[in-house]
Amino acid sequence: MSPSKLYSPLLLSLLALIMTTVCALSLGRYQISIHEFSTFIATMVGLSDMPAQRYDLLHSLIIESRLPRVIAAVLVGAGLSVSGAAYQGVFRNPLVSPGLLGVLSGCAFGAALGIIGHLPPLAVALVACVTGLIAVAVGLGIAHMFESPSILLLVLGGIVANALFTSLLSIAQYMADPVDQLPSIVYWLLGSLSAVDVQALWIIGPTLAMAILLLCLTGRAIDALSLSDDEALSLGVPVEKIRGGLIVLTTLICALTVSLAGMVGWIGLLIPHLARLLVGPGNTRLLPLSACLGGIFLLAADGVARSVSAGEIPLGIITELFGAIAFVLVLHRVRKGWL
Amino acid sequence: MKRLQARQLSYRIGDRVILDNVSLDIAAGDNIALLGANGAGKSTLMRLLLGLQTPHSGEVLIDGQPIRSMKRRAVARQVAYVPQSHVPSFPFSVAHIVGQGRLPTVGLGHAPSCDEITSVQQALTELGILHLSDRPYTELSGGERQRVLIARAMVQRANTIILDEPVTGLDYGHQLRLLALLKRLAAEGISILSSTHRPEHALASANRVLVLHEGRLIADGAPHDVVDSALMARLYQVAVEQIDTDGHRFFIPC
Repeated sequence: MSPSKLYSPLLLSLLALIMTTVCALSLGRYQISIHEFSTFIATMVGLSDMPAQRYDLLHSLIIESRLPRVIAAVLVGAGLSVSGAAYQGVFRNPLVSPGLLGVLSGCAFGAALGIIGHLPPLAVALVACVTGLIAVAVGLGIAHMFESPSILLLVLGGIVANALFTSLLSIAQYMADPVDQLPSIVYWLLGSLSAVDVQALWIIGPTLAMAILLLCLTGRAIDALSLSDDEALSLGVPVEKIRGGLIVLTTLICALTVSLAGMVGWIGLLIPHLARLLVGPGNTRLLPLSACLGGIFLLAADGVARSVSAGEIPLGIITELFGAIAFVLVLHRVRKGWL
Repeated sequence: MKRLQARQLSYRIGDRVILDNVSLDIAAGDNIALLGANGAGKSTLMRLLLGLQTPHSGEVLIDGQPIRSMKRRAVARQVAYVPQSHVPSFPFSVAHIVGQGRLPTVGLGHAPSCDEITSVQQALTELGILHLSDRPYTELSGGERQRVLIARAMVQRANTIILDEPVTGLDYGHQLRLLALLKRLAAEGISILSSTHRPEHALASANRVLVLHEGRLIADGAPHDVVDSALMARLYQVAVEQIDTDGHRFFIPC
């Protein structure tokens, strides 16, 4: 296959991601035409001119109001998708999603604690991230209580960690003030980009972007792990080290996405399957394509969330609704080879 | 020259002895059939020789170097493994699966090179499966999958290939073609060790037979010196009549 054929889906998806980003910056309750948007960008880089009052308005709208949210949507969508694709390869199971080892329930518990403790948004995000990492560490610790943990033991450790932190979350919800704190916790659990904290984005965004890029470069390693352990080892792949490194990297990505946007479901399961339909199962191309498609999907979902009703619909509701429908629609194609 | 050596290997699971004091040498061009009843320790011995498990005592040497002191990639450049064919979770193409045989040489950080693509095509051509190159591995028959795994071992360019019951599930024609291929690879200087439940295959194609019985190596020699009706009775608890004619040996159940 020629390089142009090999990489054209990636280039097309990157182009689509750029176009969707421009649309997301232009559309909203206050619509901006493409012409006006391009004039604003040209003015910003000194290639054009527009009235100062108009420029200030557009700057406030596009750069200060919409851009943080759009960046967060792209990073969260890309992060969850690429994590889902990596987990499916590492655990050799196409039905795995990024929450397998307990990171999401750990993050949810941390966020609930932060909300109960009246912490500022940045602190809530960081506490959520840390407890997500702790939850996965608990799951891995349980698996490592046995000699040479297998994939099955890792999954069982994840189930225990998930159950433990879900029950801790329930306790936190039970203890929360039902008037003030409980609705905040529930809203956070539904996922949203409406309250993306710019300060949190500045701290979390670059780390998240670097981790996503790094994970996108691990395609060959994940391909090797998709074989049996014995085969991978006999091909010279240090299975446990690479699997451990990938779990740490993926967990970090998931924890950072949840700390930015709360619980946004289905992306990590659906998008890798869509990407596989376009480029096949090889992770060298699957991972970057999943990242691009995930960013596009979440930008579109966020567009729907903030524009279909007067009040904003929580993002998790939109992604689960559309994700479930889309998954059923592609099921007859994606099941080929694994059902 | 001794490529692969096992020195007094022992392995236990709990109190159960799986392998007991097994020593053997594998030289260039050896085409060895590993015989033994179910549970005799064949798979464990192969896993120890590949460095996939660590023996409780004894050691494995590759070109005189202890395997436990070698990195996994260094081992993989010397010894290739053909497992029993299984269906992976994702429908990778045949070319993709075979191309993974280059991992020990190029590592995980490199994109597929022209050299990799060429060696994949050569191996697929040699095994008569070039037309399957773009087909999903998951959609192949058992015989085709087995040949794909052997093509991957050839791409690996190791000088020793260990095969776990390679003829299992193959039809008669594929069995004979596979045995002929192993014979040819051995004639080219590659060392072959394949486990089998078919003593007649050991007689027809191997130039050496190893026999494991209850974890012990009870015979090591030329096929016609080792495989006879007495061995059949001891290994498999069956009475067979042995017929020798024109240099060939057959067994007929009594």
